[in-house]
Amino acid sequence: MTDLASPARPAARPAYRPRSRVVTFVTMQPLGTAGLAIILLMAFAGIFAEWVSPYDPVINDFVAMLSPPSLEHPLGTDAFGRDILSRLIYGARTALAIGFISSFVGCTLGAAVGIASAYFGGRTDLLIQRFLEILLSFPIIVLALVVVAILGRNLVLGIDVNLICAIAVPIVPRVARVIRSSALSIREMPYIDAARAAGYSAPRIIFRHMAPNVSAPYLIMLTAYVAQAILLEASLSFLGLGVSEPLPAWGLMLSGSSSDFYREAPWMILFPGLAISLAVFAFNLFGDSLRDWLDPRLKT
Amino acid sequence: MPSQVTYKLYGLLQRPRVMQASTSLSPTNVSEREAFAEAGGAAIAPLVAVDGLEVAFATARGQVKAVDGVTWAVRPGETMALVGESGSGKSVSALALMRLLGRPAGRIVGGRITFDGRDLLSLSESEMRALRGRALAMIFQEPMTSLNPILSIGLQIMEPLRVHLGMNEAAARSRAAELLRLVGIPDAERRLDQFPHQFSGGMRQRVMIAIGLACDPKLLIADEPTTALDVTIQAQILELMKDLSRRLGITLILITHNLGIVARYADRVAVMYAGRVVEEGPAGALFAAPRHPYTIGLLRSVPRLDQPRRGRLATIEGAPPNLLAPPEGCRFAPRCPYRIAACAIDPPLREIGDDRRSACHRVAEIANGLAGDADAATLPAAVGVARPLLEIRGLTKHFRVKVGGIVGGSAMVRAVQDVSFSIDAGRTLGLVGESGCGKTTVGRTILRLEDATAGQVLFEGEDLVTVSRSRMNRLRTDIQVIFQDPYSSLNPRMTVGTIVAEPLRVYGKVRSREEARARTATLLEQVGLLPDMAERYPHQLSGGQRQRVGIARALAMEPKFIVCDEPVSALDVSIQGQIINLLDELQQRLGLTYLFIAHDLAVVRHISHRIVVMYLGRIMEMAERDALYEKPFHPYTRALLDAAPIPDPVVERGRASRALTGELPSPLAPPSGCVFHTRCPLATAECKATIPPLREVAPGRFAACIKV
Repeated sequence: MTDLASPARPAARPAYRPRSRVVTFVTMQPLGTAGLAIILLMAFAGIFAEWVSPYDPVINDFVAMLSPPSLEHPLGTDAFGRDILSRLIYGARTALAIGFISSFVGCTLGAAVGIASAYFGGRTDLLIQRFLEILLSFPIIVLALVVVAILGRNLVLGIDVNLICAIAVPIVPRVARVIRSSALSIREMPYIDAARAAGYSAPRIIFRHMAPNVSAPYLIMLTAYVAQAILLEASLSFLGLGVSEPLPAWGLMLSGSSSDFYREAPWMILFPGLAISLAVFAFNLFGDSLRDWLDPRLKT
Repeated sequence: MPSQVTYKLYGLLQRPRVMQASTSLSPTNVSEREAFAEAGGAAIAPLVAVDGLEVAFATARGQVKAVDGVTWAVRPGETMALVGESGSGKSVSALALMRLLGRPAGRIVGGRITFDGRDLLSLSESEMRALRGRALAMIFQEPMTSLNPILSIGLQIMEPLRVHLGMNEAAARSRAAELLRLVGIPDAERRLDQFPHQFSGGMRQRVMIAIGLACDPKLLIADEPTTALDVTIQAQILELMKDLSRRLGITLILITHNLGIVARYADRVAVMYAGRVVEEGPAGALFAAPRHPYTIGLLRSVPRLDQPRRGRLATIEGAPPNLLAPPEGCRFAPRCPYRIAACAIDPPLREIGDDRRSACHRVAEIANGLAGDADAATLPAAVGVARPLLEIRGLTKHFRVKVGGIVGGSAMVRAVQDVSFSIDAGRTLGLVGESGCGKTTVGRTILRLEDATAGQVLFEGEDLVTVSRSRMNRLRTDIQVIFQDPYSSLNPRMTVGTIVAEPLRVYGKVRSREEARARTATLLEQVGLLPDMAERYPHQLSGGQRQRVGIARALAMEPKFIVCDEPVSALDVSIQGQIINLLDELQQRLGLTYLFIAHDLAVVRHISHRIVVMYLGRIMEMAERDALYEKPFHPYTRALLDAAPIPDPVVERGRASRALTGELPSPLAPPSGCVFHTRCPLATAECKATIPPLREVAPGRFAACIKV
């Protein structure tokens, strides 16, 4: 990317050594870099949870039940005396894997459906839109429940693939609607007419010409739905269809018994909540920067 | 931008202010104007004087001085034109005068603006607000967006009356109706309660003028008031503005890029370039003997309607400077053909006698004929035997549109109705008409971006309407297109190189990356771009350069035939000439055939061999270029030619103004019989009843009119 800016200063060219993309990203997008750093930190904690966390997240310690944050338990313990910090560290695994993957899958599918619907228009558009409306008429949680109930459980590398599907499916119609509306205006742009006049195939026009131009709303929704997905995963877990106790998951830690103790032990809610917020915040920062970074118009 | 400003204006107007009422329409400054005429203009103090104005905009890449030391003055009752290309600072200086610059980005950093003896820059915001809409009024370019869509027309005209003049509801309403009649809107009482969407573009601009005139202002600023309108409507609006400013004694500042409009309507002209005034003076003298190389270049680079076609258009090479880093010395020097060493020093705008000023070191030499006459190179005669490459027979395209809500039915738009013509290989056919006449649809149907409802499009004998999709895709390498808007016809996410090389790769015209790169470089050079521009993105290029990329993309397929859909109408005058010359050159070098779709009759005259005039989906007249312009047969062609202003005040003064009356009918409900009868000066009852066929009225000349 950096070498693209160089023709503007042809005189400087012989001495010009392109810096690596990483270095330019860090200098041009400091906030995005901060977001990325938080995401990487969480990912690191999740992957190496066995070594990083101070306690085993599932072992009950009835002596330390509901103990407030202290040196032994920096973020306190829950009603079963389990260390909240350790549970958060282990929970990062599920949160990032399920949250990010299902949001990514849902948004990408939604974007593809949305662009195709806008490009083909007419009857195709009508059929796709009515189908999406049927999906939209179900509450998110009900739709996810149906998917989980039909598919059952399917663990791959310790992650429930069908849970990802269940969370991704309700995201698809929502994203498709938004992407369709941006794609509709892009379809009317003369450069799409130019591509059609050049006789390019439909997939080529959709993926080469239209998709890059809807990346801004796509990235915004991708990061926003990470949070939704983490919360949806929590709701499903609460209903016994997602991750189940005693496995640590951020959403699960927020729901269930912790709400009974919010007066006596507010740290039980506070820290998982903060973790989710921080993750969402980091994804948003990173997503915004990525959007700017990928737009050639904002760089010269 | 204009719409935002209007919004701001409305926001400010919403606060009620009670002021002394003066309800009469009678002009308060007519006497001033008469005095001005008697005194010969010299002794009268200017109404507005802008002195050394500097406006800076803070941008992400540094400060841009959009207006840098601009000085001009307008005397009461005069019409002054600010002329210049986009980015020359003409609109910004007018907005600065109204103190309506977008904050916080734009700031006035220097100079003085005096209006009617008051220093506008020292007024408080509330004093300024009392002047805006009262003594100073402004009309914006885009009539579609400068009226608030959810307020009735009446409310919007009454608003300044109630705010500034403190009128009550009833008085304001009757005055509003009076104003609507004044701007030529019939049935005023009823139309007051209608909303902007019920008015056509020309009518909306009339409403904007009515709002501007509501409080009987001393100064009216019109920022490109007719750029968005069709040529016959443009003539109506400009005639109205001229007439009203004369009758009511209003001083008018007309901002425009159209030299013809300046020649027809302005008393004084200030030519702006790169944030500065380069020449200023009375319109007649300035057009007859321009005293700045930029003015000379500008006047030579527009194709003329009143002169037979010369060879190449004289153009100003290069592009206007980037105001982030303006050149040292004279800003026009890098593009100036008469550049000398002294031009490294900034020339001041100085008096050159006869009430004129110019900012050029060589002004004396220019007066002595340094620039000479424009070269009158003749056009090479078309060679080869004429053989039709493309033939259109009875082409018809109807669109079905929904009217009303869910329960509403659908209506048929007859965009193109029974159109037949043919284009000879190696020639250019000009397709002219106002918006909605179907000219673009004809082009899109040829490209099969739209499917024809009926008729044939024969390309080398093959009917493009019925060929299979795969055959059509193969034929697409022979038929290419250049679009109007160079800003939106290139994918912003792709580099210039990718855009130009894509068809090469898709159609397997190149085998390797290196070959693609070499071919792209050749194509870019062919259209006058540097090969290393391949690495840039479209937004890093100027409008003219982007249009060149669009041409290179079309040429990549090595086509025989190119549909040029208004390829120069979005470009500045000096760039327009460059692109027209390029298209001309390419045609001669590569033997291309063009369908040139445009609304500018002068441009069409310059580039076309044969011309088709369309109106509401039908062909009105078809003839060879010179025959058509010398003696138009169809009343519509005559009206079009009359409405187009010519950049020469002497010619303009000799022309009778014969603006077409009436509005363009909706294509949803075209008139019966001859579609032009509602606006035709020759129309009779017979015209309403029969559809006139396109018949040969003279050898090679066709017209669809029973009166010819």
